[in-house]
Amino acid sequence: MLLEVRDLHVEFHTRDGVVQAVNGVNYSVAEGETLAVLGESGSGKSVTAQAVMGILDMPPGKIPRGEILFKDRDLLTMKKEERRKIRGQEMAMIFQDALSSLNPVLTVGEQLGEMYVVHRGMSRKDAKARAVELMDRVRIPAAKERVGNYPHQFSGGMRQRIMIAMALALEPSLIIADEPTTALDVTVQAQVMDLLAELQRELNMGLILITHDLGVVADVADKIAVMYAGRIVETSPVHDIYKAPAHPYTKGLLASIPRLDQKGQELYAIKGLPPNLLHIPPGCAFNPRCPMAQDVCRTDVPPLYDVAEHRQSACHFWKETLDAR
Amino acid sequence: MPEQTPDEAISAAGAGGPTDLALAEGDSLEKTPGGPEGTGPDTKPQSLWSDAWRDLRRNPVFIISALIILFLVVISIWPQLIASGDPLDCDLGNAQQGSQPGHPFGYDGQGCDVYTRVVYGARNSVTVGICSTVGVAVIGSVLGALAGFFGGWWDAILSRLTDIFFGIPVVLGGLVFLSVVTSSTVWPVIGFIVLLGWPQIARIARGSVITAKHNDYVQAARALGASNGRMMLRHIAPNAVAPVIVVATIALGTYISLEATLSFLGVGLKPPAVSWGIDISAASQYIRNAPHMLLWPAGALAVTVLAFIMLGDAVRDALDPKLR
Amino acid sequence: MGRYVIRRLLQMIPVFFGTTLLIFLMVNVMGDPIAGLCGDRQCDPATAAQLRTEFGLDKPVWQQYLTYMGNVFTGDFGTAFNGQEVTELMGTAFPITIRLTLVAIVFEIVIGISLGVVTGLRRGRPVDTAVLILTLIVISIPTFVTGLLLQLLLGVEWGVIKPSVSPEAPLNELLIPGLVVASVSLAYVTRLTRTSIAENSRADYVRTATAKGLPRRRVVIRHLLRNSLIPVVTFIGTDVGALMGGAIVTERIFNIHGVGYQLYQGILRQNSQTVVGFVTVLVLVFLAANLIVDLLYAVLDPRIRYA
Repeated sequence: MLLEVRDLHVEFHTRDGVVQAVNGVNYSVAEGETLAVLGESGSGKSVTAQAVMGILDMPPGKIPRGEILFKDRDLLTMKKEERRKIRGQEMAMIFQDALSSLNPVLTVGEQLGEMYVVHRGMSRKDAKARAVELMDRVRIPAAKERVGNYPHQFSGGMRQRIMIAMALALEPSLIIADEPTTALDVTVQAQVMDLLAELQRELNMGLILITHDLGVVADVADKIAVMYAGRIVETSPVHDIYKAPAHPYTKGLLASIPRLDQKGQELYAIKGLPPNLLHIPPGCAFNPRCPMAQDVCRTDVPPLYDVAEHRQSACHFWKETLDAR
Repeated sequence: MPEQTPDEAISAAGAGGPTDLALAEGDSLEKTPGGPEGTGPDTKPQSLWSDAWRDLRRNPVFIISALIILFLVVISIWPQLIASGDPLDCDLGNAQQGSQPGHPFGYDGQGCDVYTRVVYGARNSVTVGICSTVGVAVIGSVLGALAGFFGGWWDAILSRLTDIFFGIPVVLGGLVFLSVVTSSTVWPVIGFIVLLGWPQIARIARGSVITAKHNDYVQAARALGASNGRMMLRHIAPNAVAPVIVVATIALGTYISLEATLSFLGVGLKPPAVSWGIDISAASQYIRNAPHMLLWPAGALAVTVLAFIMLGDAVRDALDPKLR
Repeated sequence: MGRYVIRRLLQMIPVFFGTTLLIFLMVNVMGDPIAGLCGDRQCDPATAAQLRTEFGLDKPVWQQYLTYMGNVFTGDFGTAFNGQEVTELMGTAFPITIRLTLVAIVFEIVIGISLGVVTGLRRGRPVDTAVLILTLIVISIPTFVTGLLLQLLLGVEWGVIKPSVSPEAPLNELLIPGLVVASVSLAYVTRLTRTSIAENSRADYVRTATAKGLPRRRVVIRHLLRNSLIPVVTFIGTDVGALMGGAIVTERIFNIHGVGYQLYQGILRQNSQTVVGFVTVLVLVFLAANLIVDLLYAVLDPRIRYA
């Protein structure tokens, strides 16, 4: 397995108390596989990814428990310097907002070339030539002329391509894309997503795609992990989950996607607000918002039940959920 | 163009306008996951002030500086409360003598009681500080707000004017302007500080008004046909006030410092006015034999300036959640 | 970039004339330009009238100003009280003050920025708190008090430095005065750098740089520092004026015969030619410093350059 996250916990120590952002997450990604991690903001999906990348701010962040195995080595017990060398070379990350994620005062060529200068010890000139190649590869027109431009001189879609190029520079075996298309226009979203998927296939990389957009997921992901309040509530191969969700939360998410065939009907919305991570409700964290909640949900934390092959759900009533379509 | 003048970069980094507040709120979401998300933004204008006040009351820096300032204001009004003597009652026979019973700070070069002069010196410092700040804040924010609100010619003229006044370094200007004045009252000094000080506030007020003007809810009010006056008062002014208050409070301390500097150079307050700056200047001649003459007024001056700057700092921290 | 420079230069022209006019008016209208010419006595009316004609003071003010500016552009700043050319005084005074100011700027940049970076990266730790309190104290003590105290301690009590600087003002004697000139600005630079670093260290692009696997040093120096210095550079530029003020005060304390000293003598003897001349040049220096900073700003921040 390329990456295996085991029982990962992340907490933040703030003025108001301890925020429990991630509470025992398990997931894995194989080479060439795409895992989509789904959830609302505050569900811990980004924090988990940042823990994997090793870019959490610590303090205030803290990882009290868990393992992150990358090519069978635990990243959490690794020396800082070793870990740094893995970043960028073996795993890379694509962020949501390319404009703020790119350094505004350096040219895109410098920022792309930096990967080769630092990790490969290339000269600046060679690195620049490689930067042009990279820009060509992500299909930025007139790469040669634009390599000396600054991020603000590019359009949103082009900037996100540059982010992708930067992540791909050293052909890592794992890419984490944190909402890579959320900030883009709808028409551009598909182009960028296609490009990412294509490059992933070409290089046989593992891809963790973090998103709250179920629509994006269906086309590219192999499997899905749905997160809620710092826990995984359901994992499944991608197509099964659309056919029959095994967790009421997933079901709510799916029902809240507008669909053409339901025109005229009222759109479903999950009632209530995401939980306050300072005070996660006892039992199942979703219970205050869950239409199926029973007493047991308010007292017992549901374990991940095996629902089918490669499918798990953290709901006491997964059977009922599956059946009640 | 004026929009991109460096000073606004500073005010953005230092004082933090409404845009910064909004930004800070947005990006804190992912970093401190959880928290009461989805609540708050609707009640923002009020909660900014009440939050700030709640923060201030719990901030020891604010309490200490406020107490010092209260004390200074009280002794500026009634110096007799703690000093029975007359600051101008001097006896050359006592010149340069050190501490003795009834005269804890000793005597200065003219044989005046240093303690009495230090106490009486507070009045001019506080007067200059407060009057200058009020003048600067009123003129600066009115002109700045008008320029920011109406734009066009108003704005162009004001921007050039502020550039001109910024082109004169303050102490330099003070030497030139005040050297021709013979009055020993505080008014020329206050007038001078207001003259050179208003552009600083004007720029900040202008910047925050422009920012506020572009806020969606102000645009909405305009679309709904709100009059200019109503927009200024109800929608724009409340947003522009916070940065002005922050900068003005900190400026108050620097104005007190400026008055002392000018008096030290002999162009600020002039004897028989009692001023710490004058006393420090006089004491500098006797620095070898009687350093106490220097240390007491200098200490009083430093504590006063410190109190106002700490107050300004505390107010800024309270009004600028970004720095928490 | 070229257009940006030209625009800034053009904007400077009205500012230069406005500022000099303001100073000229203050000295010539509010003051009495010939008051100092008859020694300590009042000039008798006949002499006064004669002097007025001689200096063109009977002409309208705007004409006087134009004549003066015309002279300035041909390098003629008039005559000082002791019969010396004002330009001659400038020749000896400016190098000293420039040296003093440069020492101050170097202190400001080196100490201020390093302290700011160190504290900004360690927010809330003891070193941060200590430096923060220290800067607050330094800001609160006016430059002239700092100067007098250091003179008292280092010069008089401990004898580490000479309490007054010799007329040639060699560099080593200017170190402590330079520190005094820099003190308040240095504290501001520290605080500004600290805030800026602390703010930017949470920026997305810094996270990106870390995610790229860059060494910490490179993340800080190449990515964090450069962005954080943009407001600091701006501050240092606008602060040159305050440094000049500090220099005037400090020259007085340490008896340095620079611009502040000459200016002070000019004012004391009510010699308007000296005063207006020196101030005009100082304003020019100030404007030039601001221009340099604007250019530096554009170099540091491409978003300005291509605006």
